[in-house]
Amino acid sequence: MAQVKLTAAVASQEKLAEGIYSMWIKAETIASQARPGQFVSLYSKDGARLLPRPISLCEIDREQGQIRLVYRIAGAGTEEFSHYQAGDLIDVLGPLGNGFPVDGLEGKTAFLIGGGIGIPPMLELAKELSCQVQAVLGYRDNSLFLKKEFENYGSVYVATEDGSAGTKGNVLDAIRENGLHADIIFACGPTPMLKALKAYAGEQGIPCYLSLEERMACGIGACLACVCQSKEIDSHSHVHNKRICKDGPVFAAEEVEL
Amino acid sequence: MNTKVTLAGVELKNPVMTASGTFGSGAEYGDMVDLNKLGAVVTKGVANIPWPGNPTPRIAETWGGMLNAIGLQNPGIDVFIERDIPFLRQYDTKIIVNVCGKTTEDYVEVVERLSDQPVDLLEINISCPNVKEGGIAFGQDPKAVEAITREVKRHAKQPVIMKLSPNVTDITVMAKAAEAGGADILSLINTLTGMKIDIHKRTFALANKTGGMSGPAVKPVAVRMVYQVAQAVKLPIIGMGGIMNADDAIEFILAGATAVSVGTANFHDPYATEKVVKGIEQYMEKYQIEDISSLIGAVR
Repeated sequence: MAQVKLTAAVASQEKLAEGIYSMWIKAETIASQARPGQFVSLYSKDGARLLPRPISLCEIDREQGQIRLVYRIAGAGTEEFSHYQAGDLIDVLGPLGNGFPVDGLEGKTAFLIGGGIGIPPMLELAKELSCQVQAVLGYRDNSLFLKKEFENYGSVYVATEDGSAGTKGNVLDAIRENGLHADIIFACGPTPMLKALKAYAGEQGIPCYLSLEERMACGIGACLACVCQSKEIDSHSHVHNKRICKDGPVFAAEEVEL
Repeated sequence: MNTKVTLAGVELKNPVMTASGTFGSGAEYGDMVDLNKLGAVVTKGVANIPWPGNPTPRIAETWGGMLNAIGLQNPGIDVFIERDIPFLRQYDTKIIVNVCGKTTEDYVEVVERLSDQPVDLLEINISCPNVKEGGIAFGQDPKAVEAITREVKRHAKQPVIMKLSPNVTDITVMAKAAEAGGADILSLINTLTGMKIDIHKRTFALANKTGGMSGPAVKPVAVRMVYQVAQAVKLPIIGMGGIMNADDAIEFILAGATAVSVGTANFHDPYATEKVVKGIEQYMEKYQIEDISSLIGAVR
């Protein structure tokens, strides 16, 4: 199987926090083959907004054939999606990208680190990992969206920029304040956070997988819009570029230059 | 019903092809589109050596269109010959290789490397607005257009398409220059140079500051230019610029295009190319058109 574009029905929509929405979509062909860390592209109904919006999978319900997207309103396209209600139709392309490597972690402890709108993709990963999960979630304020849901799958630590909940500061501050250690890192969030985690993983000598983000057009690796810098010459591009949509969005930290 | 068209002796099963840069070399879309259904696949531009392209962000959405400044990232002709041509040869479609370069010698090197390769047509990109050297620098001066066309033609074993820029005062001057240089076919339009500013971040939306605008918002400009060029030269034209569906494609054909390229539409709908092929057939059925050639340039 490969990615498909289909017209799907919205199953439900819910506001989780200011500007943060959660939408379940009925898309069996996508749900049946999706893995944590992959994403889908959503298309606007307004023909003036041509390009799809890439949004990570927050949860995959293979039994019900549904996917859950938790997204932030970042512009007119995502604003449009936030108004969709159960039964509304939406065009979806997916599943896209590689996803997180989840095998071979039995008996280990993993950090699942999300910053802001990088938190949602860590939820499905938390569900599917067979090892011990320590979720470290970074928020701006005490909105703490999805935090309770992570508690079903492991221990949860919070950092807030304004200090209104958990550790005041960033996710690394929370790791240090709580004296946490893990054998592997999975992370998604703003680039400064990913940079800091890459350095931290280097110091600790543990593997680290980062999910990256960039403006995309095709979403399938053809247009070369969403590249990141790779350490080595990439086998597809033959230059120091990897395609985030196709070769990623998840990369081993040492593969990429942030 | 006949949907076949001929470009410089090369017969395409239908007039629908991909626009360079929007479709890679077809491998990524091959999962979703039956490449056998397309008249031709036009590859992303390939140079003599690998090019890294521009910094990100490389694209931005605009109203009814988009800007791109990829900067012609490509793996170079060696990899292209080893990997991309054999991939495309598995399909019953024509292969058109888009060629880019910084100097005349670069273009010639690629054209010569392709001379013994099983490709059908060469499209020479003298109109990319996003690279500092080469590209558009060749496409905005009629003397340069004629000179590079002549030089490429001297070395090319396949018929040559010159891809023209719309970022000129009078595109018919460039079209005539390419014709004088010996071009076999013209393709137009490449993207229109544009700019977008992010008012929240107070910065350019693209790292390159400017980019090439494409998408349905540019279509009327493209149709006008195809019409003008069709009146000015005798060469067949591949028309493109904002084709989203079969209706758009037929508009270009009526304006004078023998074939059409679907570009930005692929990002909006990966199945767009096949849908355009089907839609053209439905249009011909509806109006009882026996042969598509009767539509080419039918509106004067």
